[in-house]
Amino acid sequence: MGGKSEPAKSESMATKPDLLNTSFFSFKSLKLKTKQQELLLRISILGLVYILAFIARLFSVLRYESMIHEFDPYFNYRTTLFLTEKGFYEFWNWFDSESWYPLGRIIGGTLYPGLMVTAALIYWTLRFLRFFVHIREVCVLTAPFFASNTTLVAYFFGKELWDTGAGLVAAVLIAICPGYISRSVAGSYDNEAVAIFALLLTFYLFVKAVNTGSLAWALASAFGYFYMVSAWGGYVFIINLVPLYVLVLLITGRYSMRLYIAYNCMYILGMLLAMQIRFVGFQHVQSGEHMGAMGVFLLMQVFYFLDWVKYQLNDTKLFQTFLRITVTSAILVGGVAVGVGTASGYISPWTGRFYSLLDPTYAKDHIPIIASVSEHQPTAWSSFMFDYHILLFLFPAGLYFCFKRLTDATIFIVMYGLTSLYFAGVMVRLILVATPAVCLISAIAVSATIKNLTSLLRTKQKVSQTGSTKGAGSSKASSKVTLDQSQPFQKNGAIALLVGVFYLLSRYAIHCTWVTAEAYSSPSIVLAARGAHGNRIIFDDYREAYYWLRQNTATDAKIMSWWDYGYQITAMGNRTVIVDNNTWNNTHIATVGRAMSSYEDEAYDIMRSLDVNYVLVVFGGVTGYSSDDINKFLWMVRIGGGVFPVIKEPDYLVNGEFRVDKGASPKMLNCLMYKLCYYRFGELTTEYGKPPGYDRARGVEIGNKDIKLEHLEEAYTTSNWIVRIYRVKPPTNRL
Amino acid sequence: MMNLSRSVALISLFLLPLLSFSFSVDNPTDRRVLVLLDDLSLKSSHSIFFNTLKSRGFDLDFKLADDSKLALQRYGQYLYDGLIIFAPSTERLGGSLDSKSIADFVDSGRDLILSADTSASDLIRGIATECGVDFDEDSTAMVIDHTSFSVSDVDGDHTLIAADDLVKSDVILGKTKIEAPVLFRGVAHSLNPTNNLVLKVLSASPSAYSANPSSKLSSPPQLTGSAISLVSVMQARNNARVVISGSLQLFSDRLIRSGVQKAGSPNQYEKSGNEQFVTELSKWVFHERGHLKAGSLVHHRVGETDEPAIYRIKDDLEFSVEIYEWSGKSWEPYVANDVQVQFYMMSPYVLKTLSTDKKGLFHTSFKVPDVYGVFQFKVEYEKLGYSTLSLSKQIPVRPYRHNEYERFIPTAYPYYGACFTTMAGFFVFSFVYLYHK
Repeated sequence: MGGKSEPAKSESMATKPDLLNTSFFSFKSLKLKTKQQELLLRISILGLVYILAFIARLFSVLRYESMIHEFDPYFNYRTTLFLTEKGFYEFWNWFDSESWYPLGRIIGGTLYPGLMVTAALIYWTLRFLRFFVHIREVCVLTAPFFASNTTLVAYFFGKELWDTGAGLVAAVLIAICPGYISRSVAGSYDNEAVAIFALLLTFYLFVKAVNTGSLAWALASAFGYFYMVSAWGGYVFIINLVPLYVLVLLITGRYSMRLYIAYNCMYILGMLLAMQIRFVGFQHVQSGEHMGAMGVFLLMQVFYFLDWVKYQLNDTKLFQTFLRITVTSAILVGGVAVGVGTASGYISPWTGRFYSLLDPTYAKDHIPIIASVSEHQPTAWSSFMFDYHILLFLFPAGLYFCFKRLTDATIFIVMYGLTSLYFAGVMVRLILVATPAVCLISAIAVSATIKNLTSLLRTKQKVSQTGSTKGAGSSKASSKVTLDQSQPFQKNGAIALLVGVFYLLSRYAIHCTWVTAEAYSSPSIVLAARGAHGNRIIFDDYREAYYWLRQNTATDAKIMSWWDYGYQITAMGNRTVIVDNNTWNNTHIATVGRAMSSYEDEAYDIMRSLDVNYVLVVFGGVTGYSSDDINKFLWMVRIGGGVFPVIKEPDYLVNGEFRVDKGASPKMLNCLMYKLCYYRFGELTTEYGKPPGYDRARGVEIGNKDIKLEHLEEAYTTSNWIVRIYRVKPPTNRL
Repeated sequence: MMNLSRSVALISLFLLPLLSFSFSVDNPTDRRVLVLLDDLSLKSSHSIFFNTLKSRGFDLDFKLADDSKLALQRYGQYLYDGLIIFAPSTERLGGSLDSKSIADFVDSGRDLILSADTSASDLIRGIATECGVDFDEDSTAMVIDHTSFSVSDVDGDHTLIAADDLVKSDVILGKTKIEAPVLFRGVAHSLNPTNNLVLKVLSASPSAYSANPSSKLSSPPQLTGSAISLVSVMQARNNARVVISGSLQLFSDRLIRSGVQKAGSPNQYEKSGNEQFVTELSKWVFHERGHLKAGSLVHHRVGETDEPAIYRIKDDLEFSVEIYEWSGKSWEPYVANDVQVQFYMMSPYVLKTLSTDKKGLFHTSFKVPDVYGVFQFKVEYEKLGYSTLSLSKQIPVRPYRHNEYERFIPTAYPYYGACFTTMAGFFVFSFVYLYHK
């Protein structure tokens, strides 16, 4: 469809990303034919974009060091290390006794292995080629590498949707879009790093399959889907969006043999492949989230069957009756099947996460553990602006162009864009899923606009451009000096608009670079702050604490902390934790939440029953670090209270207000978390001119300065007090 | 006597490097005992008790309680294995000793005999409180019993008690039954109800009460009846043993030698039960009896000998542990039919009584439950009088590996059949469709 592009089009496209290149190549390689020139340009632009996408993500390495970021990536890193050391079968059957003590976790069966296997394959390949890199470097650079690959996919997708120009613009936009960079900087070794690549690849291959009706593309798309399933739980989005898309095509009367082949092949093979992933397994045919795909699959067969019957019958009236009977009975059978399946428990109901996607308020009321995660919060407008910048305005324009030229492919991208944008509004982290769609649709807008404008300039304003671009065109252009009345205005308008577009795009590039450098490159395990003289201060307390644990505690010591730090403790401290970021057991987390929000002697019994040796808390009162355990404390109370009704949230609040100063509730002032965070804090002067015990994170003087610990003792506090570790004492000898 | 004790102290000083090994896991009986007296005349008035100790091989080091050179440890090493405090009226201990250092002495696994008496000092009360018993707060009060007093009580105020309510434990009080009542004159104490390590060895009769015998009762007594303990023992979590007696006279030659007849009882005894009581009690408190030791927990799969790093669910395993009892001279196999092992993860999934081969080896075998997780083998043996055994060993239990499931199960044959018929059917269909004209 949009594959045939004239040279002029790509020329205009090429001017945008690197104007220099254009002139450079056009002068140097005059001998090349226009087609070849265009190809060369396209390849060089893609090559540059590929590199750009990679290096833009290296800010974090430059600013900090080559390290794994945040929380989940530490788990991924640990498992990758295990995979490269022990091999695939050990990894597949790995039972981890170091986390979720004493329950343990079957890691092989509860993760998406795609990321680890990818990194291990890269690692083994590099080793085979005699590059002796450390696995950590591979893990750190996996995300940028896959972001680069995503730009290529975006190019091909754009080409499939619109034309090569749109593809190139899409590649550039997605290469530096902050919404994507936020999760794919070097060191952000998370599932999403490869999953977005897999997601876009699957969509591209599916659209290609629908466009061509080729079994081969459908098969490729099934394998893309398999890779996506192996990499991220977000594959549910694919398996719901694709059937929805098919349904829309069916309803709008765009049913075709191409669609039939593409969807059936992709669904059946994709399903069989997906079931090979242990974590998914039979969920793919049994859980509520996957039922839509199956329903559409069956509907497709009914459609095909009806088509066949219609062809056989050759009698409209008879067919109408037949149609009525068939459709009614099909719906009836389907309804009964779903009803019976749900009632008998064969079809599992929708999970909480799925519900909270459809209903943004669901998690808040029912599943505090989902609502407690900051990246699961509804998105603020500012973060849309932050992550998309001009794309936010270009997106509707792109939609307009899509609707103007409605094809099977553009219908797909419109649906992808609209649904994912809705989900992005529900949860902050899902901005990531919407980013490729937003980039593609915006690219269509940019590409189409520039193409229109340049064609205006080209056909009617050749005079002004003869000298600069092509010597060959000058004689032709000068012969056509038939000016319309509207021409000067059109010309000026077009130029002004072009300048405007370039201005916008350059602002976008500047914004993206700034956001990447300032906001999205922080590893969050090492904190940076500006000192009084504008110098950069690094707080490396987390690693200090984890290495302390590694060096100074017994190898089988059990560490209790809030679940956020579980992965880091096991990966860096190499110690057993009670709960971690894989929040699979709500009761266990609630037990820890209960211990943290109980009085010390009650908490001591809980800790004894869990064989806890050390308790780790994160405290930002000295540094003003706001995402510490005191600020997370209400969630501990809520999650603990959700399972153990003895913990009641109002006990910790005063008039519905959460405070830690003198006006705080007595239960708050004496619960374990408060004691552990503020132990000996009353002696410390944190800020000049403030009383001792002034909490800089909350800006108040604490209410309980005289904290005595009975069953615990301070074992270690990091240099900036961010991490505090306490040892649980054995029971008294004589009591 | 003085010279002897001094030379003993001197010798013990020379032999210190050697002796510091005397109290060890291999030989738990105490050897060096410090005796703190508030009056050196107690040495002769309580000589029978001290001589029984000496004859059993203890080195007694007599010191005045306010001796300024008093020290329990030197250079971080304890000089004594046991401590006898017969100084009820001492307000302050000499040297660097105080109630905290006595508590630390117990917490280091060493033993203590503490005897109070009427008008016991705050120091003694403090030490007793640390060990879980509270003496009657009224410093003039004594135990009075108008029904089970000794008829030899000449004063007539019924403070010389003939007590026969002894704890029923062969381990604490020896196999030979103490026939004669034990004579007691002193202060009452009660056990701290929150402390479950302390227990009464000699209790008062239900008719006893604690009051000042020389004054009239103005208010009901604080402590009455069998809530009153006369002699208590406490075994700490680290198996340090403590005897607390409310009467110093209990150990005295006078009461040991005196005959006894309980009021209202026709039985008259030539000699009170005191000697047997204090001797047996001192054997227990100084670990000559009732001290158990366990070897490490041994476990392996049935048919193997090496301990695995991890078990699989439904593995059959064998578990064994060796337990020995100290006889005072050597380690003898411990024989009992109530030692249990738990296979524990937050709660015991398996609880089995171990069978013994009478040579000290306790063993059993069981199947790992169908639950994965980090389990512990736990042997928690707490038996009256015996030292506590609390052993645990962590072992993870993993689920089946992907290739450990049964391969061809009969129930799956319909599926195999369906699979192959579909394949065959498709082949036939294709063939017919393509070549049938």
